[in-house]
Amino acid sequence: MTEMLKIVNLHAEAGEREILRGVDLTINEGETAVLFGPNGSGKSTLLSTIMGYSTTKVTEGEILFKGEDITEMTVDQRAKLGIGMMMQRPPNIYGVRLGDLLNATSGKNSGIIDDAPKFKMERFLDREINVGFSGGEIKRSELLQLTAQKPEFILLDEPESGVDLENIDLIGSKVRELLYDGHGCGGSAQRHVSSLVITHTGQILDYIGADRAYVMKNGRIQCSGRPADLLKDIKEHGYGECAACQTIKL
Amino acid sequence: MPDNQTVKEALNKKGAFGEDIDLERYEDGTNAPEFVEDLQDSEYQRYMENVGVVSDEINRSGTIMFIDNGMSHCSAKVQEGLEILSLKEALKQHEGLKDFMWNAMDPTKDKYTAKTYLDDADGYFLRVKAGHHIKAPVQTCMLINSNKSAQRLHNVIIVEDGGSLEIITGCSTANHAGDSLHVGVSEIYMGDNANLSFSMIHSWGKQTNVRPRTRCVIGKNSNYSNNYVILNPVGSIQSFPVADLGAGSSATYNTMCIAHEGSDIDSGGLVNLNGVGARAEIMSRSISMGGKLCARGRLVGNSPGVKAHLECRSIILKDGGSTVAIPELEAHVADVEMTHEAAVGKIARDQIEYLMSRGLDEDQAVSMIVRGFLSGSINGLPEALQKELDAAIEQANLGD
Ligand SMILES: Nc1ncnc2c1ncn2[C@@H]1O[C@H](COP(=O)(O)OP(=O)(O)OP(=O)(O)O)[C@@H](O)[C@H]1O
Ligand SMILES: [Mg+2]
Repeated sequence: MTEMLKIVNLHAEAGEREILRGVDLTINEGETAVLFGPNGSGKSTLLSTIMGYSTTKVTEGEILFKGEDITEMTVDQRAKLGIGMMMQRPPNIYGVRLGDLLNATSGKNSGIIDDAPKFKMERFLDREINVGFSGGEIKRSELLQLTAQKPEFILLDEPESGVDLENIDLIGSKVRELLYDGHGCGGSAQRHVSSLVITHTGQILDYIGADRAYVMKNGRIQCSGRPADLLKDIKEHGYGECAACQTIKL
Repeated sequence: MPDNQTVKEALNKKGAFGEDIDLERYEDGTNAPEFVEDLQDSEYQRYMENVGVVSDEINRSGTIMFIDNGMSHCSAKVQEGLEILSLKEALKQHEGLKDFMWNAMDPTKDKYTAKTYLDDADGYFLRVKAGHHIKAPVQTCMLINSNKSAQRLHNVIIVEDGGSLEIITGCSTANHAGDSLHVGVSEIYMGDNANLSFSMIHSWGKQTNVRPRTRCVIGKNSNYSNNYVILNPVGSIQSFPVADLGAGSSATYNTMCIAHEGSDIDSGGLVNLNGVGARAEIMSRSISMGGKLCARGRLVGNSPGVKAHLECRSIILKDGGSTVAIPELEAHVADVEMTHEAAVGKIARDQIEYLMSRGLDEDQAVSMIVRGFLSGSINGLPEALQKELDAAIEQANLGD
């Protein structure tokens, strides 16, 4: 199997504090990995570091994408290589309308604007990106933008958090379409796109399934296992005494 | 009206703000420029279109153009209630105008107004008679066509009770006339229940000095909006239009400018909220690309129930210049609500990177944010202006 993303001994700082303290993680082509971990353990920081945001600074280690060292690359270089991200708390982009950005990323004739109603975003095309969007609206907007971008590797930071029960289906199926090349139904769907997904509740896993799960604690990958097993474990015992850690050796 | 001697003494009076200009350095622009019959077939077409003046005049009520110090084109669709004339012609037709004008503007304000007064400068005269709504905008154009010359124009705009008008003014210099001076004195008189929207787009030469002098006197329950756009390099601009508001009237100023290296832009405005319940909003959005920038705004509340807000925002994209924001609020009664907001700085990194994470390179991301930032100052930007804005942002090469 080809390695899509390979992270080796990654250390990174945010706000002059070391947040990532030696992360090792490999995700293969077509694979979906899920990342669990307590609040503040460094999950979002890891995703930001992979995307290349300057809020974090790599002090040691490396990030390889499709075999290429991207540790020093700019954000847009990484995006052009095929990495896309849905942020947990994206910034307000004052003055830039959602529709204009969609046209800029996918080209005016891509038809992406016509897709907006499928994301219930048609009324948001003329609004400044994220400004005054509700929690659920931000998620739908991020997914629409990712759909315009068509990444090969997707970083999803809590895609379902703050989404009401009615909209969770929409979010779930749109994430699914992103990963399964459009119209995947049932087992016949062909998955080309790889992803790393952060979730606390595991709800999103009902829609996409995941190949492998990891638990992050204190800036390190503490353990890994089958997604369903780890989730069950965390639900029963919390992160304090992870049974998986005792049974699974990394 | 002051006597000529008093006005002559004012020829030495420096402007309240901005670098002083030596008037002797410039020759007088010609009073009798070439007359342009057909705008579309003229060598001036591209200069006009660059500043939002359309040569086919579709969706325009009329066009009046000045080259240097004389009128070179005037066309008006026959329209009841609207007069478009040169000031010289208007003075012939309206006997009372001579005593009426120079009331809003004091000729002894400074050397620029004094010289314009003593010159008997021509300019445009626009009048909307009471109760008439002029649907399509009137366009006015002022072009400097002689190097080392001074353009001096005196414009009078009258919107009578219940009238409404939209004016688009484009100002420019021909390529060969970059070292020049523009002085435009504009007096605006608005009655009660009147509406006026006045948009100015400027595109000058790198050495042109620009000293507009504008004052608008407004009756009751009227609305005045003033848009000012300057995106290309210029020598210096100093502009501080004044509006006096009667009861229930409102004024909105929107300024959008880019200060390139070598440009010195000092812009702003004053609104005197004289009548009960008058409202005003001054918005300024500017970008410094290494030039000097000063955004001033002054709101004076003189009556109860006054509501006013002032906002100066500036993004600095390149070092080397200076950016100053001077918001001022002054109230003379207790019952007013007056606020201001000022912000100077760079574009937040996380916003640029967010757009980059969608695949835009840094330059594209910055210009997208800048375009939005600048156009955010004007609600419902006219299409011509939007195009001009895009072109200027493209040229400005913002991502350095
Ligand atoms: N710019 C910063 N300055 C200071 N501290 C930071 C900065 N960015 C992140 N941190 C800190 O790093 C730690 C990890 O943050 P991160 O957002 O990665 O956690 P997380 O695992 O995603 O948590 P959650 O589940 O709550 O989203 C937190 O303690 C956070 O406060
Ligand atoms: Mg997080």
